[in-house]
Amino acid sequence: MAEPVANAAAPAPAPGRLRNAFGGVLCAFTLILIGVLAFSIRLFSVIKYESVIHEFDPYFNFRVTQFLSKNGIYEFWNWFDDRTWYPLGRVIGGTVYPGLTLTAGSIWWFVNALNIPLSVETVCVFTAPIFSAIASWATYLLTKEAKGTGAGLMAAAILAMVPSYISRSVAGSYDNEAVAIFALVFTFYLYVKTLNTGSLFYATLNALSYFYMVCSWGGYTFIINLIPMHVLLCIVTGRYSSRLYIAYAPLVILGTLLAALVPVVGFNAVLTSEHFASFLVFIILHVVAFVYYIKGLLTPRLFKMAMTLVITVGLAVCFAVVAILVALVASSPTKGWSGRSLSLLDPTYASKYIPIIASVSEHQPPTWPSYFMDINVLAFLVPAGIISCFLPLSDASSFMVLYLVTAVYFSGVMVRLMLVLAPAACILSGIALSSAFDVLTRSMKFQLSKLFDDGPAISGNGSPNGSSASTVNTSSSKNEKTEKSEAAPKEKQSKKNRRKDKEVTESVSVKPKKEKRLSVLPLEASIVSTLLLIALGGFYVVHCVWAAAEAYSAPSIVLTSRSREGLHVFDDFREAYAWLSHNTDVDDKVASWWDYGYQTTAMANRTVIVDNNTWNNTHIATVGTAMSSPEKAAWEIFDSLDVKYVLVVFGGLVGYPSDDINKFLWMVRIGGGEFPHIKEPDYLRDGQYRVDAQATPTMLNCLMYKLCYYRFVETDGKGFDRVRGYEIGKKHFKLTHFEEVFTTHHWMVRIYKLKPQKNRIRGKLKKLKSQSSKTSSTLAAGRKKNPWQ
Amino acid sequence: SLTKAYAATPTNLKIIDLYVVFAVATALVQVVYMGIVGSFPFNSFLSGVLSCIGTAVLGVCLRIQVNKDNKEFKDLPPERAFADFVLCNLVLHLVIMNFLG
Repeated sequence: MAEPVANAAAPAPAPGRLRNAFGGVLCAFTLILIGVLAFSIRLFSVIKYESVIHEFDPYFNFRVTQFLSKNGIYEFWNWFDDRTWYPLGRVIGGTVYPGLTLTAGSIWWFVNALNIPLSVETVCVFTAPIFSAIASWATYLLTKEAKGTGAGLMAAAILAMVPSYISRSVAGSYDNEAVAIFALVFTFYLYVKTLNTGSLFYATLNALSYFYMVCSWGGYTFIINLIPMHVLLCIVTGRYSSRLYIAYAPLVILGTLLAALVPVVGFNAVLTSEHFASFLVFIILHVVAFVYYIKGLLTPRLFKMAMTLVITVGLAVCFAVVAILVALVASSPTKGWSGRSLSLLDPTYASKYIPIIASVSEHQPPTWPSYFMDINVLAFLVPAGIISCFLPLSDASSFMVLYLVTAVYFSGVMVRLMLVLAPAACILSGIALSSAFDVLTRSMKFQLSKLFDDGPAISGNGSPNGSSASTVNTSSSKNEKTEKSEAAPKEKQSKKNRRKDKEVTESVSVKPKKEKRLSVLPLEASIVSTLLLIALGGFYVVHCVWAAAEAYSAPSIVLTSRSREGLHVFDDFREAYAWLSHNTDVDDKVASWWDYGYQTTAMANRTVIVDNNTWNNTHIATVGTAMSSPEKAAWEIFDSLDVKYVLVVFGGLVGYPSDDINKFLWMVRIGGGEFPHIKEPDYLRDGQYRVDAQATPTMLNCLMYKLCYYRFVETDGKGFDRVRGYEIGKKHFKLTHFEEVFTTHHWMVRIYKLKPQKNRIRGKLKKLKSQSSKTSSTLAAGRKKNPWQ
Repeated sequence: SLTKAYAATPTNLKIIDLYVVFAVATALVQVVYMGIVGSFPFNSFLSGVLSCIGTAVLGVCLRIQVNKDNKEFKDLPPERAFADFVLCNLVLHLVIMNFLG
């Protein structure tokens, strides 16, 4: 189908239309295949483990979706959850981003209305792969707006597989990013489409898509700051047009209103600094629009006079607004920015002021290898894409470059924002590869045709429906045909070639009269380059499939390891939660570190003290202090919170490295941030954190040490901790205020119960001998007051 | 001079301009009222002011698309422009009604 049509002079719309139709069908078929690819590559965890929700945050979203499906949307909207953050509770309706839950809930409701009996869990597990397929289609649309169909298909195929996106959207990873990336790309597509067409209809759709994004993810502030930045860039580089006004102004008004509708955002949509950029650029845009309008109305001389007047008035208004804003903002200590946003702008902010944000492993800056792991080949295709965007530069391609540059900055701040970089990198790589293939196939066709027919010149194909940019210059090509092919880097093009299986890219801003000098490479170089690029694509695919299968498919609620006997499965977490749900009362409170809060409420259905939402630093610090205190003080803290059970995670027997002993220093730091009697140096020996015989007495006596290592010496007689790699310090001790009620099979989760207070307190009376048999403490009898013995 | 140049614009555009000016004036009245009475309930104030500014902005968009001097939109039939305008206004007012409280 790629053979050139020999005669352009005769009107031949039929072959052109047929080819267009065939191209359209092929394009649709390719898109369907890309969708299937995006869906299937994310199914490794379901195949290797089971269809289960992963990690921590998805369990909360799953629990909320269960509630929504059981009780309906009004109950969900007004839900006050008293099973978490005891005794404070949490207003779910006002603090959760409802987009993901409502999406999955609607899918579940719709599917069940069609009498397909899918459970809520199945819908939740598979929401992410479905939306990643839709996101790759949205990437196709966005890149098509910037550079054409070929680049669009390439970018969509790359996005379907990019490991960074896979890591947050495998089947089972039921988190906000699963739908948010689709909303992000789709909003950008509608913005660029409005910019290209100037249609108010797309502007309305853009605002609605932005609303969906605000509902889904806190990262929507990226959109509402990037689009104003782009508008400013267009104005400053002289690309102002009325389409820009139509693209931006309705979005600001409708977008702000829609954002204020979502309870999580509420009035923050107009009061916080994250949104001020959009208002500022709104005002600037109006000033510029007014200036252009006046310019069109007046003669140049009068215009100059009016211009000075308008500029002064506009600037005065601008300064007044800025002054008000600055006064408002300067009065608040964080200058109006939220803690999370500040930690993005100043990477060192979180470690200085908000240890909770700094302690999350996803919030650390990425290392260089993680770039190669997450976006692989795209890391060096992206600069080529940037160059390709500049020839020629259009509004859409300038938007891509701006998106990429800001995304690269933010991905350098936090590793979890590599996810925002992924679509930008895919789009630019798609553009780069598409342009490269364009040049190479064009060269090959030109060289081959020169090789085979050096007779009459073959005139160009009838220009396809889209582009009319390059003119056909047949006479000069006849002269140049006599030259040798190897020596010619730039020649006047004699025909325009199609790419083998994609439609012609549209050139956006080349004037029709200008002759386009298209470069042509030597034949051998083109063939070798094409093969190398295809091999590059092959390496990328291999890497992506490997990353999806090995690195990013672990559900982290179930662990596996390979040994000589085969596959060993560690299902300790679910074992512990099941024990809790079967052996405790419904109203019992469980205290653990905040990591496990969501899983405990979702799977064990027990009230927890702190969970992953981490909205109350003092409450978390209370739990941290309790874990760092000696037994009696910890008992008192937990008793004041009505806690019945304490849960710790311990990996020392099997070598599970993310256990509570490794997280313990963060507990100390966060607790010490609120309660000054907890001092981090007390737990370190010479600045080193250790739990062996050289550890400090404070460390060896704290609750976390005792709960983790109680009876640990019974496992191998020596108490060798496989994670830390040495023997523990205090091996034989008894617990005075807690009793062990459950330890899982591999000792990974250990549950303790608070011992009840004794009825009578023997104050100054001497301790009777009969009591000593009941004591579990090995402390000397010289202890005077001990109400628990 | 400015008034003379402006008087030359077609009547339908002048009507749209009047509509826009009226919307902005209503917004200003609401802001002044908020200054006098206080900003509680804030969502009603926000909804009212943004509805006025929103209709003003949409009016300007309509004017841009309907203006015959605008070369970028010469292929756009004015009926389509008006239909888009009505649709966007519908969405805007739906949101306003929801947010008015």
